Amino acid sequence: MIKKLNLKSNAAVERLFNGIVKENPLFVLLLGLCPALYVTTSALNGIGMGLATLFVLLFSNLVISLIRNSIPDKLRLPAYIIIIAIFVTIAEAIIKTALPALDKALGIYIPLIVVNCIVMSRVENYAAKNKVLLAVFDAFGMGLGFTLALMMIGAIREFIGVGELFGFRVMPPSYPGVSIFVLAPGAFFIMAFLFAIHKKLKVHKVMKETSPDAAEDNKKETSPDAAEDNKKETSPEAAEDNKENPSPETAEDNDKNKTSEAPQGKTEKKVKKEKEKKEKEKKEKEKKEKKEKKEKEKKEIKLKIAKTKPEGEKND
Amino acid sequence: MNGKTKASPHLRSKINTSGIMLVVILALMPATGFGIYNFGLNVLYLILVTVGTAVVTEYVTGLILKRAVTIDDYSAVVTGLLLALSLPPDTPLWLGAVGGMFAIVIVKMLFGGLGQNIMNPAMAARSFLFISFTPLLNYRNPALEGESPSLLDMLVKNTSGVIGETSMLAIILGAAFLIILGVIDLKIPGAYIISFFAFIVMFTGSFSPDYLASYLTGSLVFAAFFIATDYVTRPISARNQILYGILLGFLTAQFSLRGYGFEGIAFAVIIGNLIVPLLNKMGTGTRND
Repeated sequence: MIKKLNLKSNAAVERLFNGIVKENPLFVLLLGLCPALYVTTSALNGIGMGLATLFVLLFSNLVISLIRNSIPDKLRLPAYIIIIAIFVTIAEAIIKTALPALDKALGIYIPLIVVNCIVMSRVENYAAKNKVLLAVFDAFGMGLGFTLALMMIGAIREFIGVGELFGFRVMPPSYPGVSIFVLAPGAFFIMAFLFAIHKKLKVHKVMKETSPDAAEDNKKETSPDAAEDNKKETSPEAAEDNKENPSPETAEDNDKNKTSEAPQGKTEKKVKKEKEKKEKEKKEKEKKEKKEKKEKEKKEIKLKIAKTKPEGEKND
Repeated sequence: MNGKTKASPHLRSKINTSGIMLVVILALMPATGFGIYNFGLNVLYLILVTVGTAVVTEYVTGLILKRAVTIDDYSAVVTGLLLALSLPPDTPLWLGAVGGMFAIVIVKMLFGGLGQNIMNPAMAARSFLFISFTPLLNYRNPALEGESPSLLDMLVKNTSGVIGETSMLAIILGAAFLIILGVIDLKIPGAYIISFFAFIVMFTGSFSPDYLASYLTGSLVFAAFFIATDYVTRPISARNQILYGILLGFLTAQFSLRGYGFEGIAFAVIIGNLIVPLLNKMGTGTRND
């Protein structure tokens, strides 16, 4: 419990970590692939694109989170796009005047940030449902995660492709450069390798184990209810199988499979039991949600941001 | 008697992967020998480096990926040899090594090893080298320069072009060896070469034998018999194999008319390989082998 509260009260840091490592928009969510393939010919281009996205994401998240309760549900997408487009126009104007070389390198992908999946998904999934400060930190996390990912891809492509890093020659002059890495196929190679490495390191999995949601999930598994569920299985082997399964979802899948294989007489019972189980799960979910709500409220009081807003307005 | 039947297959052919690969290596020997005879010992070193890198890379990758090490089926040797034979004779040795590594790691092992690769590893590596190191892979291309060597020169000794295409006679000798042993048949090579010339005639409108002969290069025959017939990346049914040959003929004709030499063939084979799964899916013909 103490661990849980600690993490929750540190929600800002959690948001940053979530955006950069646990749910990195490029490596984990696989969003924004088109700009990632096109602009990452060098590390600097990658940083430029990442920072432009960060700028737009930050202000869009901020504004949409501020006015989230006044946007009618039916008109929310046009409203989001207008707000995002305003900041994209500002970003484009800044880059065009201050960094014309970068503007040339990024080309059409600056105006296309309007329909960038990362911005749209964060605005729709996070900023529209959460308080301002959290939304801002979420934008920071996601934007920095995207920037770092683009910079890594760009640096590797630049290094192998032309033997430079951030525009400086690092390889001996005799190094010919593998020019395929500056072209589109190289982007696919490098991205595939980075995805694989990210998955291998399982950074997000480690995080999941320490996060509060996962802790509850784990509890569910070891709770007497879950043990009972397992006992319901007809054969001892199947029960063992389920116990070995780390996640509750797969256990459920197994249950379903088993029921379809079971003889006719037993299926009715099974179906009944499954219904009961599902209801139990629903109840648990509701409990969980209530708990989370309460915790959020507590945290809000702690952070003293929620002064202006009446409580319980969070629309899910 | 316990009446249990073992899982299929119940009939096993005595021909296995390593046997077929050894036969292919033997069939490639005449072309290799002529290449070394024509261009000198540095070609031998290039071939040894490329093949050696391919085999060592396959061994190391197998260890790293904790997969069964499969160098004893000689498939890596065939890949390395095909790659070396498709390179120009004055290629730097390290380039052969880079190509061998790329073919094995990226094209073959990352997709699951022998039988799982979606492209011909040697041709994919050849295209990779061509795109990445264009200035280092220069060679004289007879079709490009307009010089047309005599037919006798082409058959026995033709000093321009990549290592493996120097002598058409040597290539045909090896191909005949493969056909007699039943390792390959004439469906894909026949469809490939005939459709290639049909498309050349169609696109240029010229029937002059001299003009057409300038397109009958050793690399075309080499690719038709040794590369397009690769077991892993060819379609399964007979009808689809002929369609595949026609597709390769069309693509190669397009690339040849635009002045590509062996690169055009490599690109055509790769594009054809990517369409093979679709061909297999629509296939209803009977199995060929």
